Amino acid sequence: MEPRSRSFYVLTAFFVLFILFLYGPTLTIGILSFQGPGGGLTFPMRGVSLYWFYDLFEQQAVGDIWGSFRRSLVLGLMVMVTTIVVSVMGGLAFRKRFPGSAILFYLIVTALVIPSILISLGVGLLFSQAGINVHWATSGYGAQLTWTLPFGLLIMFAVFNRFDKSFEEAARDQGASSWQTVRYVVLPIIAPSLIGVALFGFTLSYDEFARTLLTSGSKNTLPLEIYGMTTNVTSPVLYALGTLTTVFSLIIIGLFLGIAVWANRRRANKGNDAGKGMV
Amino acid sequence: MQKIFKSNAVTGWLMVSPLAIVLFFFLVLPIAMITIVSFWQATEFSIIPAFQFDNYEFLFGSPVTYTVFVNTFKYAILTWIFTFLIGFTVAYYLAFHIRSLTWQIALFLLCTIPFWTSNIIRMISWIPFLGRNGIANSTLMSWGVIDEPVEWLLFSDFSVVLAFVHIYTLFMVVPIFNTMMRIDKSLIEAARDGGANGAQILWNVILPLTKPGIMIGTIFVVTLVMGDFFTVRIMSGSQSANVGRLISNDISLLQYPSASATAIILLLTVLIVIGILLRFVDIRKEL
Repeated sequence: MEPRSRSFYVLTAFFVLFILFLYGPTLTIGILSFQGPGGGLTFPMRGVSLYWFYDLFEQQAVGDIWGSFRRSLVLGLMVMVTTIVVSVMGGLAFRKRFPGSAILFYLIVTALVIPSILISLGVGLLFSQAGINVHWATSGYGAQLTWTLPFGLLIMFAVFNRFDKSFEEAARDQGASSWQTVRYVVLPIIAPSLIGVALFGFTLSYDEFARTLLTSGSKNTLPLEIYGMTTNVTSPVLYALGTLTTVFSLIIIGLFLGIAVWANRRRANKGNDAGKGMV
Repeated sequence: MQKIFKSNAVTGWLMVSPLAIVLFFFLVLPIAMITIVSFWQATEFSIIPAFQFDNYEFLFGSPVTYTVFVNTFKYAILTWIFTFLIGFTVAYYLAFHIRSLTWQIALFLLCTIPFWTSNIIRMISWIPFLGRNGIANSTLMSWGVIDEPVEWLLFSDFSVVLAFVHIYTLFMVVPIFNTMMRIDKSLIEAARDGGANGAQILWNVILPLTKPGIMIGTIFVVTLVMGDFFTVRIMSGSQSANVGRLISNDISLLQYPSASATAIILLLTVLIVIGILLRFVDIRKEL
């Protein structure tokens, strides 16, 4: 290997600074959430305690954190499953270059770039004029899908553009029907990327604020609840909530990464016939 | 031949129909609805179907609109400059200076982890940093750089752009990194064999080949910043506004027709910007 140039060390320093910049605020919040009972929103720390976490678990004067957490979780899972299924179907469909695909493609790009408050406003107006009540599981769900589906599709486009078509041809030559080809050849190959789609779908929904603002109805989702808290809560209980949601996100990522590793290993075991004698 | 084409069309549309339905009901119809409502009238209590241009006349007649649009572009351009410089450098480092794929993936994941924390929480977390008695001020004072707390760190344009850069740099890193990873390394070797130095390779080989990624990142960052409303609200301490805030203010006052008119103008502006950016790159080819 050639020796590292000086620019490597400069760039490494830059990268470390970038990481510090990314993590700094979150770490600060993490530390401040252990503020003593008399402490405020900023340093210095007045003692170290779990007081604000207890405070969070007690009945809150403001809103309904646990209810909103449950709703966000259910909604996130609904959006996640829908995003996976619809993105895969869409990805497969777009390989066929069906008539009208160009228009649909531009619609997807529009969904991606449209300011989210417009979706919120439009869906809210649509439902109110149609006389339908907005609800997080109907209008909120649909509004979030306009953001997660394009992301899922973009990932699927990227996946299928790198997909080796000869695998499918081989399957077809062996007499597989088109459904069998998809089920036993295409899906297992793209499965690892689907974990990425799932992770995207879930977190985009779980954290989505603007698109849910006017579409969730009388019951808040977690981001809306947090937003409400920022305007009227001025105690470190806010930081305790921040720390908990961060830890929760980390658990979710860990879970998905675990699934990815497991799936890869399983695939490696199943797909590899090394050491099994004659071919 | 005709038959194959036909079946392709049918199965294609069947498979894409859930997507088409969602986009129709939650994208096309809402935009149509906003367009219609933008011509309606509003009283203090209700909105009345009508067809008049009052909302637009008011919008274009008010000096506030122009200030707010200038502000919106200012935030977008400043955020773009910083996210591009940081994002390009980080992507370049990961793609060309990190040698093993495992390390590339590990460091890349390291960058994405903070992204999974709630945006709002991440924004609030700047307050203990930048406030009057925050970490930045106390550190600077203890170093003797300043004598009294700097006021413009929090609730200013500075903090707004800082928060934007914090949240959106990753949207620049991902597409740029993605295109950089697809650059054929032999091109760089060829350039080096041809006698180019590092800076020349960067400028004449890597930068042009990374253009599509830069454009996609730019589209993300610019549109997200232009449509944002709560970053500006929280980080400016409600002291400045962009178009998104103008709309959300109207919404909270239940002035839906006026919010709709502003929304339509914002949408047109964003689409024009995207249209210009898309002239430089065919994203369909780049995925």
